[in-house]
Amino acid sequence: MSDYFTVFELPRKLTVDGEALQRRFYELSRQHHPDFHQGADAARQAEALTQSALVNRAYRALRDPLARVEYLIALEEGREVREGATDKPKAPRELLQEMLEVQETIEEAKAEGLGGEAAERLRGERRRLEERYAAEAEAIVARSGEWDRLVDEGGDRKALLEWFKQRLATRAYFRTVIDDLSDALGESEESHVPHRRH
Amino acid sequence: MSRIVGIDLGTTNSLVAHVEGGIPRVIPDAEGRALLPSIVAWTPDGVVVGEAARRQLARNAARTVYSVKRLMGRGYEDVKDELPRLPFHVVPQAEVVSIRIGDREVTPPEVSAYVLRVLKQRAEAHFGEPVEQAVITVPAYFNDAQRQATKDAGRIAGLEVLRIVNEPTAASLAYGLQKLAEGIIAVYDLGGGTFDISILRVKDGVFEVLATNGNTHLGGDDFDQAMVDWLLADIETRHRVDFSTDPEALQEIRLGAEAAKCRLSFDERTVLTIPFERFTYHRDIGRAELEALVGPLVASTLGPCRRALADASLRPDQVDQVVLVGGSTRMPLVRRRVEELFERTPHSRINPDEVVALGAAVQAQILAGGITDMLLLDVTPLSLGIETLGGIVSVLIPRNTTIPTLAKEYFTTSVDGQTTVDLHVLQGERELARDNRSLARFDLAGVDPMPAGMPKVEVTFLIDANGILQAQARELRTGKAASIEVKPTYGLTETQVEQMVEDSFRYAEADVNARLLIETQTEADTVVNHVERALRQAGPMATAAERAAIDRALAELRVARAGTSRDAIRECTIALNQATAPLADRMMEAAIKDAVTSKRADQLLENS
Repeated sequence: MSDYFTVFELPRKLTVDGEALQRRFYELSRQHHPDFHQGADAARQAEALTQSALVNRAYRALRDPLARVEYLIALEEGREVREGATDKPKAPRELLQEMLEVQETIEEAKAEGLGGEAAERLRGERRRLEERYAAEAEAIVARSGEWDRLVDEGGDRKALLEWFKQRLATRAYFRTVIDDLSDALGESEESHVPHRRH
Repeated sequence: MSRIVGIDLGTTNSLVAHVEGGIPRVIPDAEGRALLPSIVAWTPDGVVVGEAARRQLARNAARTVYSVKRLMGRGYEDVKDELPRLPFHVVPQAEVVSIRIGDREVTPPEVSAYVLRVLKQRAEAHFGEPVEQAVITVPAYFNDAQRQATKDAGRIAGLEVLRIVNEPTAASLAYGLQKLAEGIIAVYDLGGGTFDISILRVKDGVFEVLATNGNTHLGGDDFDQAMVDWLLADIETRHRVDFSTDPEALQEIRLGAEAAKCRLSFDERTVLTIPFERFTYHRDIGRAELEALVGPLVASTLGPCRRALADASLRPDQVDQVVLVGGSTRMPLVRRRVEELFERTPHSRINPDEVVALGAAVQAQILAGGITDMLLLDVTPLSLGIETLGGIVSVLIPRNTTIPTLAKEYFTTSVDGQTTVDLHVLQGERELARDNRSLARFDLAGVDPMPAGMPKVEVTFLIDANGILQAQARELRTGKAASIEVKPTYGLTETQVEQMVEDSFRYAEADVNARLLIETQTEADTVVNHVERALRQAGPMATAAERAAIDRALAELRVARAGTSRDAIRECTIALNQATAPLADRMMEAAIKDAVTSKRADQLLENS
């Protein structure tokens, strides 16, 4: 399967012109979408279906700056990416202490029967973590240009790659804890942060 | 390519439409009616659909099926709570619920097929040629099993379903064709039984769905039910009668409630009158009372709206237009709540009852190659995942992913020499498998025996443009295609559908035969009546031989009439006609003579 950058005829870089990407997405969709191959033979229809699916997945991975970083890392490491995987990420070492404290807060609030005050404490924790969750994303995306420069100059990207991976793991862990907080509050369904999304 | 029609198979009403001269139009029935009530009744004279079936609701409650869309693709667990309210008998089967009509059991797709067949005939009468292909709409939030059930219904009705389209998306196509939509559009679709919210970006002829959400068990039916419960209590208080277990009375109340609800969209107050056998119930109802009853239900549509906005990464104020679809959006309360949420006045410039069918016709035209500048990019409403160790779901395709889409996943064996791998595929947003909707269990078979962990089976999960899952498997070490046996958790198997397609021909024939028999019997009765009257009036005119022949023929026809052989009845009817011919001739002559005689008398009188 061709990689997503190739599908869109783009270099393997993190800076992407969103509008141009969308235009190209629409063009490719007009070319491959099954709607326009209804009268074709079965083989052509199957081909259109696969092509169209590839275009859709590629667009989804490339349109979002953070998803782009995740995809690129997977590509660099030569592994299959799977979006939305729910394997619980392990807590990064420097967060361990803090996250243990959050879990304790949850347990205490539960022990208190999740009354008004306890629930409010959990909501406060959640707000704080959601801010850090968003901040991690910003920090990651902010270094996209740096990556592209290293690509252009042929510099060593290993350190930055490692840094991206760590930040992504941290962010993923925040997500898990935010979900735990929502679960404890019984608000997982109404959670105002899009669930399992970048 | 042959003609493709667009069909809105609704909970309450269904419609068929097509594009003519670039404009989508609903095809009406012979009486000019666009809406076909989605009601099917089994009567002694055969199966009736639509208005005729609606008239059976309160007379023949146990054999009249309505709102069957709520049962499509459902298992017993999904619907058991609402079964006590249904006047027809639903057979509690885990995989596919079915409805018992006399000694027959019909599944929801078969009931829907009756409705589809009438729409198909309507279109065929309009075009004067067979119609065999259709686009059928479904609620955007329908899961895989519900979509498949809709496709099955089409097949049973003799229609090749070229595409399943989401209702709100179809509506946006109808608006888009008329250049009534551009920018970020929210389509709020509240129908008879289902609720959808879809957020789209419409730009340069591209209709890109950004997010969708909804509830496939929320609609006008639930509003009616809230009123029925309230009316039952009121009737019990005022008349000391409990109608809660009387199916016919319940249907009368339901029909009355539905009509009052509709009137209250336009009037502030209305009087509900229901004539029962022993008394007539009158009740003055104000709009505020109705709103108090349905308020919580309407409020429950707002959560899905917020989630759809969040998934589209949009704030309410970034929405350019809010379009209302579905009959229930005529309620002022619904309009108010939508307006409050989106901070924008919603509109329904195209008839909210027809817009989905019109959009389906547009999609049909796109598939036929008649429209090439419009492109629809829809999404899958629910996350697709597989069950992993500990009953946790691992998501392969997140909700709101543009379709078609695919995901590959790799599986191996855990025991030496293992040749099959079982997979459990689910749809839903919850973390635990048991909280999600089980789609199917896949048996990967034909894996070569190898030490545990050695085989690598690649499974491709593909969601097509209909939002329906297809799966393929391949063992990577041997390159051998592993066979997949899909056991759908809910829904019909391929064999069952084929059987139903066959049955439908057989029953269609049986239904036609039943009607023809009734017609022949009626004709025989008419002839017998005529002969009896003739004998009373002019018996003495017949000779003894003629009289004997007539009596014999009459007796033979009466015997045949009691049976079910149409040919025998027809033969005896003809024989009776022949036996009475000489007498009839003589009577005719006498009548003419009589007329001439009386005429002479008239003339004599005139001339006197």
